[in-house]
Amino acid sequence: MTLDDTDRRILNHLQEGFPIAPDPFALVAAELALDEADLIARLERMREARVITRFGPFFDAAAMGGAFCLCAMAAPEDEFDRVAEIVNARPEVAHNYARSHALNMWFVLATETEAEIAEVAEALTRATGHEVLCFPKLQEFFVRFRVAA
Amino acid sequence: MTLDATDRRIIEATQGGLPLVPRPYAQVAAELGLAEDALCDRLRALQAAGVIRRIAVAPNHYKLGMTANGMSVWDVADERIAELGQQVGDLPFVSHCYERPRALPLWPYNLFAMLHGQSRDEVEVLRAQVADLLGAACRGSDILYSTRILKKTGLRLRQQKG
Repeated sequence: MTLDDTDRRILNHLQEGFPIAPDPFALVAAELALDEADLIARLERMREARVITRFGPFFDAAAMGGAFCLCAMAAPEDEFDRVAEIVNARPEVAHNYARSHALNMWFVLATETEAEIAEVAEALTRATGHEVLCFPKLQEFFVRFRVAA
Repeated sequence: MTLDATDRRIIEATQGGLPLVPRPYAQVAAELGLAEDALCDRLRALQAAGVIRRIAVAPNHYKLGMTANGMSVWDVADERIAELGQQVGDLPFVSHCYERPRALPLWPYNLFAMLHGQSRDEVEVLRAQVADLLGAACRGSDILYSTRILKKTGLRLRQQKG
């Protein structure tokens, strides 16, 4: 779909936040000098066209319970696909990316408890024959990431 | 903040997104058998406690032309990381920013910042901006570009056991 200036204004505005109020779209529409029904229809179109990935609350994954850890491995090129298959087969692996570095496989483990992170990492080290390095977050810095629409 | 069963039901009901209707909170509240006011109060409390970071739109940055990203990593002096890490997080093109442990000798980096741009060239320009900001407090850096997505599943709240 092609975005017009109004769509872009909506995207830029709603990245900053959305009110908790009985009629939040009416409030946002007033701020943007739009009609409420037009605002909702445009959001529907953009969600349909997947220009909007998500619209709603963004949760702090750790606050919701569970443990998360970024992990990395150096998988030799000729074993890479085999190692990836072993890693991806674990349901605790949420995402996994090949990256350009000696540590060429980076994935996130998501488990119920902290102890399980170490268990899964050790199990993957044994199963693949390559050490899984864990990079837990020590400190998270608040980000102001915005995509200019 | 400790989440109770109602909070968890609210999270489950809204983690897929809010309905696009004039009274979205009333609709979610009705699905959960709550009053609209009660739902809104809980959402405000969850937001105040940081469980909800914000309620907002996440645009698909690929569809808006931001197709390049790189995981930039930096070896920052430990005594400066709290201050400088936050300054890096404040840059509008940084989507994730964390202090993580080093894994010497292979991995000397303790600051991870995901950079997004329109092209690989633009990401390199952004990387230079981060380098300028860190200055002499940074002893080395690298950037890792993703070459392939091997697996991608969303992180979702698990069903409570028992």
